[in-house]
Amino acid sequence: MDETLFDFLLRMGDSTLILGHRISEWCGHAPVLEEDIALANTALDLIGQTQMWLGLAGEIEGKGRSADDLAFLRDAWDFRNALLVELPNGDFGRTILRQFLFDAWHKPMLKALAGSDNERVAEIAAKAVKEVDYHLERSANTVVALGDGTDESHRRMQDALDALWPYAGELRTIAGPDGVIPDGVADAHSAMMREVLSEATLKIPEGEFAHKGGVSGQMHTEHLGHLLTTMQWLQRAYPGATW
Amino acid sequence: MAHPSTDTVWDWLRAVPDPEIPVISVVDLGIVRDVAWEGEELKVAITPTYSGCPATSVIRFDIETALRDKGIEKLRVEQRLSPAWTTDWINEDAKARLEAYGIAPPTPAGGPEKCPRCGSPEVERISQFGSTPCKAQWRCRDCLEPFDYFKCI
Repeated sequence: MDETLFDFLLRMGDSTLILGHRISEWCGHAPVLEEDIALANTALDLIGQTQMWLGLAGEIEGKGRSADDLAFLRDAWDFRNALLVELPNGDFGRTILRQFLFDAWHKPMLKALAGSDNERVAEIAAKAVKEVDYHLERSANTVVALGDGTDESHRRMQDALDALWPYAGELRTIAGPDGVIPDGVADAHSAMMREVLSEATLKIPEGEFAHKGGVSGQMHTEHLGHLLTTMQWLQRAYPGATW
Repeated sequence: MAHPSTDTVWDWLRAVPDPEIPVISVVDLGIVRDVAWEGEELKVAITPTYSGCPATSVIRFDIETALRDKGIEKLRVEQRLSPAWTTDWINEDAKARLEAYGIAPPTPAGGPEKCPRCGSPEVERISQFGSTPCKAQWRCRDCLEPFDYFKCI
């Protein structure tokens, strides 16, 4: 098995899976109907992308595991998602800010991967990036609207940025299918964040410290285990259940 | 017995409606990419619209059912990801049917030309996301009705 390729596929698929699950938690709870629908649709795209990434991971591994097996039958220490996506939603502003920090990386990463020598990876990325265009447009617009909004929305967005900023850097450590971080992704991520956060009148925290451990699998936050108990509840309660 | 020609199969598939938008077929949408015989087996290649669209599995099921009803016994429906699905594959005739159904068709400009109900060009976007992954929510400033727009991808 190509371990480098398998790890890459888990990093992509686990990140879209966990973020997709997190934002699906908003379904029926968002502040206005349009935002509820937008979050649910974004979650749906991310779960669809997960099926492609983890489906291919299962093929590459060659042990007969499906995307569902990988999603529902692994425990926290086997997940390779970035820490950012497993953090609790917080308020709506924090959820949208996290989405933006992720989308601003996701789009250039997928654009780069669409040119990968690995055709299977390239075709998944080329499909996903079209959906992510819409995610980024919306999360960036909403971050600006809330950051440059009322005193209350500005305060909440600044709090969210102070809390989440140290988690954005780990995304840029995710390497491509060949084990090399694609050229230009880190710069594009930083540039997009600086442009939008400045338009949103938010102050980027000082320092380059980045929490790490999710992508390498060395240390997840305490929150991932809790998320999995909900997401994997059915398979844990009724092992092997199908319908 | 000779098997039906691929042209005949394409005609059958043109009668399979999209489960969410029944005025257009799975062929109109560009979901069916290829139809071919491999020996005695009929191979149909389909592509998903949005990667998480729940209609994809229904479409696959509907295609299988329609072809089995026509007497096709050996059938394989395969998913093809590349080239990625695009709204450019929706033909002009289908776009007109979408509009008559109340869904503004996709345009290269990225937004609807006019309200599908009253025809006014005075329209505004409510949200880039709507009732299904492929649609956005828009509103007409003249007749004040909200409507779906089939967004470009």
